[in-house]
Amino acid sequence: MTSWLLLATAGAATSAPEGGLFDLDATLPLMAVQVVVLTFLLNALFFRPVGRVVEDREGFINLSRTESKQKLAQVQRLEADLAEQLKGARQEAQQLIVEAEQEVDKLYREALALAQADANASRDHARREIESQREQALAALSKESDRLGDLIVNRLLAAQ
Amino acid sequence: MVPLPQLLPLAELEVGKQFYWHLGNFHLHGQVFLSSWVVIGALLALVVVGTRSMKRDPQGVQNLLEFLWTYIRDLAREQIGEKAYRDWLPFIGTLFLFIFVCNWGGALIPWKLIEIPNGELGAPTADINTTVAMALLVSLSYFYAGLSRKGLRYFEYYVEPTPIMLPFKIIEDFTKPLSLSFRLFGNILADELVVGVLAFLVPVIVPLPAMFLGLFTSAIQALIFATLAANYIGEAVHEEHH
Repeated sequence: MTSWLLLATAGAATSAPEGGLFDLDATLPLMAVQVVVLTFLLNALFFRPVGRVVEDREGFINLSRTESKQKLAQVQRLEADLAEQLKGARQEAQQLIVEAEQEVDKLYREALALAQADANASRDHARREIESQREQALAALSKESDRLGDLIVNRLLAAQ
Repeated sequence: MVPLPQLLPLAELEVGKQFYWHLGNFHLHGQVFLSSWVVIGALLALVVVGTRSMKRDPQGVQNLLEFLWTYIRDLAREQIGEKAYRDWLPFIGTLFLFIFVCNWGGALIPWKLIEIPNGELGAPTADINTTVAMALLVSLSYFYAGLSRKGLRYFEYYVEPTPIMLPFKIIEDFTKPLSLSFRLFGNILADELVVGVLAFLVPVIVPLPAMFLGLFTSAIQALIFATLAANYIGEAVHEEHH
């Protein structure tokens, strides 16, 4: 850089500068220094802080995305679990209903049979009672009729 | 109607006239430094305002700065490569921002309203000293980048893929800064001259297309300079896979 500076200024320093388009002089190294200083300033004021913010955000977004993916997977797993449980519960309930229906049916049949047997027994009993009473009555009637017949016979015989 | 031959020398007069400052034995182009300080001041003001209270949810100027940062990062990463771009991001970014703001400042700020004793204010990049300074910085950077990363193996680059390339690669080391500096200098100066001459001849409406074209060229030139600088550094740090 120094040699450039010397080279550029050697011509200009000896004679009065007359300008021109390609007038290289001490502007060159100073401008280079300015650009280097600007680079460090911008690095400290712009590139590092903004880079940190942008990359922090990118990291945050990536983290949140993986987290939410995990959560979604968990939710789906739980959902499948719950669906499974629900299916089991439904089947169990169905089973219980069927069993209860069968039991009720059985109880009904038992009660019905018992009641029928009871009714049959009391009917038989009543029939037998009627039978025996009728026989008693018949016996009493035949005895009475025998007595009356005897009486009639005796009266008729006595009258002769 | 003033005859043209009288007008043209007036327009010509502005070119190459310098506002000299004397610093001991050395001469400085005062107008270049004045306008570059305005540019640097504007850049630093923007950056300081934008980074004053940065939040995770960006607001206002922070949005712009973050856009610029990601834009420059993508540029540097693409040209230099994943491994080394981080070290050179500030340099590439500073080149891009400085040249961009210089060019646009030269086109947008009404410098002509400010009178200085000799010469005139304009884009600092329209002065050959500025562009050569930056081009030489780029040369130093890519030498430093290559040497610091690969040591003396950096010079293998000169004989790859064949030793026949050696003279061309050596010439390249001279043509790189030359083309970098003259491309930028020429584009910006030519743009200023075209706008100046057009504005001098027909002061209304006619210079407008040239001005818009100038804004476009200015942005492109800043991008080209930064991209090429990053590309040279990337070439220097590139690891050949044997």
